[in-house]
Amino acid sequence: MALTRSVQRTRRLKLQAFRIAIFALAAVFFLIPLSAMVEFSTRANNGSRTLEYWQSITTYPEMTDAIVASLQLAVITSLVMLVLLVPTMVWVRLKLRRLNRIVEFICLLPLTIPAIVLVVGLFPMYIWLGTNLSDSILTLALAYVVLVLPYCYRALDAGLGAIDVKTLTEAARSLGAGWFTVMWRIIVPNISNAILNATLLSVALVLGEYTIANNLLYNNLQVELVHLGRASAGTSIAVAVGSLFFAFVLLVAIAFVGGRPRRQRADPVAAVAGPVQASQA
Amino acid sequence: MTTAGSPAVTANVGRPLLGGRRFSLDWLGAIPFLAYVAAFLILPSAIVGVGAFLDANNSFTLDNFVHLSRSYIVTSTIETTFVSAVTALLGASLGALLSYAIVTGSPNGLLRRLVVSASGVLAQFGGVTLAFAFIASIGPAGFVYLFAQSHGVDYYAHGIWLFDLPGLNLVYLYFQIPLMVLVFLPALDGIKPQWREAAESLGGNTWHYWRHIAGPLLFPAFLGAVLLLFANSFSAYATANALINQGQPMLSQQIAGALSSEVGAYEPGFAKAIAIQMIVIVTVVTVLYTVLQRRTSRWL
Repeated sequence: MALTRSVQRTRRLKLQAFRIAIFALAAVFFLIPLSAMVEFSTRANNGSRTLEYWQSITTYPEMTDAIVASLQLAVITSLVMLVLLVPTMVWVRLKLRRLNRIVEFICLLPLTIPAIVLVVGLFPMYIWLGTNLSDSILTLALAYVVLVLPYCYRALDAGLGAIDVKTLTEAARSLGAGWFTVMWRIIVPNISNAILNATLLSVALVLGEYTIANNLLYNNLQVELVHLGRASAGTSIAVAVGSLFFAFVLLVAIAFVGGRPRRQRADPVAAVAGPVQASQA
Repeated sequence: MTTAGSPAVTANVGRPLLGGRRFSLDWLGAIPFLAYVAAFLILPSAIVGVGAFLDANNSFTLDNFVHLSRSYIVTSTIETTFVSAVTALLGASLGALLSYAIVTGSPNGLLRRLVVSASGVLAQFGGVTLAFAFIASIGPAGFVYLFAQSHGVDYYAHGIWLFDLPGLNLVYLYFQIPLMVLVFLPALDGIKPQWREAAESLGGNTWHYWRHIAGPLLFPAFLGAVLLLFANSFSAYATANALINQGQPMLSQQIAGALSSEVGAYEPGFAKAIAIQMIVIVTVVTVLYTVLQRRTSRWL
């Protein structure tokens, strides 16, 4: 008996040593490159600390233009994605159940088509778009919607799976609500977390997108980072740190939103009663 | 209006309220989505698929695929396969160790939640910023290099390998390991502690347990994850292009090169053929992954 206990004790100690070693190594590998960017962007030529690179960001008009363009793209992409995906997913759940698998398959398809392959097919399309409609960088949002589709589909699917779409809709319809009211005042408030998740994910993805923009010859944030990196590495890395920090805040927000327990699921009656009351008020 | 839809619509006109046959109108609700996807996902894919078999005059040819035997494409394919295999195997092994370290801790602990959230972020963290992060840390002006140099260690004595394939391997691990944690953790969670206890009560030691129980159970999951990681790095472009801007060693860079008109090498048909080659390799690997995933879910 005493022997097994001591064997188990040494095993537990070994395991603890293994875990500490692994976590320490992982921390070194993953944190050094990140902290190095902060260090690099604040290092002056003589080795002292400076904010010169951070202040000089605004002196590069191409850079500020690219930042503005990427932010606009993020907003447009998120809006188009939501308008396209949320009503379709609700409609398919209600009326076209057998289309459900097809919509899922289509939405997850971009995961298996590398962006560099997609861009080859988009290239002639964007030449046509550029000569016939618009050559604005904002047209990139059309392609970005496809790019964010798998991630947003999963986020929204989780949200819709947690509520009883059919019962909620029937309750609202029987009280005289039109389809727009059902969407806007019943479904959307009930999956607000999922919508927020999907939006933040698409913003993060659009801000980090490089492959499509670079090969369609548009200067978004990431493309401009590479250009600027050749002129001023310090400034370029300062912008990279800034955008990374922004994306990180977004993704931490997702983790907190997603980690919150869902009350709707525990009590379906409350989920049905709540929105109906709200729509009557 | 699609031709397939019209007969159904006219057939319904006679008895619109009899019920059961009104489904054709419900399809209208899915049309905006399907039309958008057709325009920006299916059409570009079709352009690649069809265009690979067309020459500059839009007549059928197989020349684009014959050009795949050009020496620089063959070299790129081999080097991309090599980088992908190395980072997939290393990333999967290191990621499995990290997953095991996570799974042996508290299942709802802060550490686990922190590592899993961080993995979710870092698995997506590719591209330009990742290349910059490594240039700023271990690059020729990075503080790690300066520190090592001031202590008499010059790891660039034989050339700056960061901007070449060895560097690419190291940088890719930065998103491969977190991806491995994300896909391998569920499999490890499926391992029940009772199995180990059962093995011990039958007189088995740690080696027996790993060799005969946990190992065979986890192997399909591990192999599947290796394939997923392989496909992941095989199709990566942004990181490679931001890190290595001379020589274009990666297959994805060759696609971009055949697409750009900058160097006078504009060969859209050829770009599509390389794209097809990439898709075929990635698809084969992904299908194998799905098969292995199904096998894993039988037990875990």
